[in-house]
Amino acid sequence: MQIGQFARIERRFYWLLVALAALAVAAGFLAAHAMEEHGHSITGMSNQIVWGVPHVFAIFLIVAASGVLNVASIGSVFGKPDYKARAPLSGLLSIAMLAGGLAVLMLDLGRPERVIVAATHFNFHSVFAWNVFLYSGMFAIVAVYLWMLMEARMSRYAKPLGLAAFAWRFVLTTGTGSIFGFLVARQAYQSALLAPMFIVLSLGWGLAVFLMVQSAIYAWNGLQLAPAVQTRMVRLLGVFVAAGMYFVLVYHMTNLYWARQFAFERFILLDGAIYAWLFWSGYVVLGGIVPMAIFFSPQPRGPLAAVAGSAFVLIGAFAQLYVFIIGGQAFPLEIFPGFAVRSSFLDGSIDSYTPSLPELALGVGGLGIAFLITAVGVRVLRFTPQDDLGSHPVLAGARD
Amino acid sequence: MSASPPEPSRRALLGAGAAAAAGLALAPGMRLIELAQARSAGEPASGLVRWGMLIDANRCAAGCTACVDACSQENGLDSAIDLRQRPQWIRKIELKEDRSGREVSLPMMCQHCAEPPCVDVCPTGASFKRADGIVLVDRHSCIGCRYCIMACPYKARSFVHEPLTHQKADVPRGKGCVEGCTLCVHRIDRDKKPACVQACAETEQGAMLFGDMNDPSSEISQRLRGAASVALRADLQLDPGVRYLGV
Repeated sequence: MQIGQFARIERRFYWLLVALAALAVAAGFLAAHAMEEHGHSITGMSNQIVWGVPHVFAIFLIVAASGVLNVASIGSVFGKPDYKARAPLSGLLSIAMLAGGLAVLMLDLGRPERVIVAATHFNFHSVFAWNVFLYSGMFAIVAVYLWMLMEARMSRYAKPLGLAAFAWRFVLTTGTGSIFGFLVARQAYQSALLAPMFIVLSLGWGLAVFLMVQSAIYAWNGLQLAPAVQTRMVRLLGVFVAAGMYFVLVYHMTNLYWARQFAFERFILLDGAIYAWLFWSGYVVLGGIVPMAIFFSPQPRGPLAAVAGSAFVLIGAFAQLYVFIIGGQAFPLEIFPGFAVRSSFLDGSIDSYTPSLPELALGVGGLGIAFLITAVGVRVLRFTPQDDLGSHPVLAGARD
Repeated sequence: MSASPPEPSRRALLGAGAAAAAGLALAPGMRLIELAQARSAGEPASGLVRWGMLIDANRCAAGCTACVDACSQENGLDSAIDLRQRPQWIRKIELKEDRSGREVSLPMMCQHCAEPPCVDVCPTGASFKRADGIVLVDRHSCIGCRYCIMACPYKARSFVHEPLTHQKADVPRGKGCVEGCTLCVHRIDRDKKPACVQACAETEQGAMLFGDMNDPSSEISQRLRGAASVALRADLQLDPGVRYLGV
């Protein structure tokens, strides 16, 4: 195939992908409009399960946005050249996912048009209010960091900015974990472990997203990642997955130690139908054991292994968030220990939740926003890692 | 000598007349004091008062929903939406003790905590506590994030899932906002009891007692001194304004 012909097909395919992402974004906005028009009655949420699938998507995107910046941190803060070359892409993905996650979170509000109230009225006792500053600060720091990385004259400031971004994202994910950690009302939350657990999970989810995007960009451009770098990155992801599983294990073990938490743990791990199934099959097996087997296998690990393993990690992430957020709310509040409880308000009952189409569309719309920003960013600016351009058949030939 | 019926002495007659005149003269004054105690529009709630409720579950009849019905009527909460999504400011809870099988019925609503978690977590400050202890939601600054519902240990708040019509002038509500028991603040400010308490009294159950917990001479304070009441989720030390007997 001639280069001109290839370029034409490639351009068409690119615009097709952008159009599909734009369609997902449009569907998300349409869903948000429907929820604004009819209220949340068109969702599967209730007065017991008040945060549904949109929050699963939003929290995934926000937590992964923090974790994906780890690639840049390893480069800028710890001075690893392989990661330094990937820092701009890591920063772009961070901004893209943060934008997608926050859009979902804001459009799911009961009164999204009052977002200006949220930006001008602050109750500093509220973890949510802290997060407003943490999210906007993250955008600003990562944007300036990207500028320092991509502007040669400013490169000497990249390291201090990288350090600031490194610290900021730790605080940001602590804030996200603390949204749940400070909730004393519900059995599933109220644990100081949640903040560090979210930080560790963010590292795995973020790196998984990064590896998938990087593999796609390399395949698209006919580039080849050096096998040593590939192996190092997937092994690192394997370590993050193992560390995440360790935190999840400790979280459940501490719960099992307390008699008052036993019924909740039994629900999530054993009796909770969809939640127990998602936890064991989705998170533990598909999201943990399978990717670790792929990443730590002695066989050669090509790009396919990186993509497949990362995809499994992301399946596990969604399964775990669904169990944590929705399963955690489905279990009834323990107001009267030692009593069987019933009422018209589902006291003492497990709430059943089925996500509706608008909720799913809103969540997918958030993914669409992140995809769109990444696709356009990579196309118009130099976000592709520059250290492997020598592996390109045409570019390598041109250099010779 | 025959006995004649005693005639009212002139002194007694004068006494009764004076008492009646004094009563007539003082009654408008007493009414004025009552009116003066009710808050006028624009006057801030007093921190000297802590409104609260004592619920005697021993007197609460299983199946009786007088308090719930009165609340719905007073606050215009009629809705045909699915029970999962329907706002419920007050609900009846039926309890059965696991060990003994003892059955208890009680009403449950916002506990108007002195340390309310809903107020702590609200990002915009829409959830707030009045000086007199009533916990409310400012419908103008609630963004509908539902964090307060996640934080309330009593499941006392509801989210308005549907468009609303025919609202009561005294009780503004809004689709997409969070709401809960206001302790009938609009009635309290007019020196009336909450609708649920009044309805309960009218059924002659008299399971709900409302009053100022800061006033040592109030009936609620005296009852709280005289019997061991419980605060629900006492482990959280939220100092709720609603206490229970017989749980």
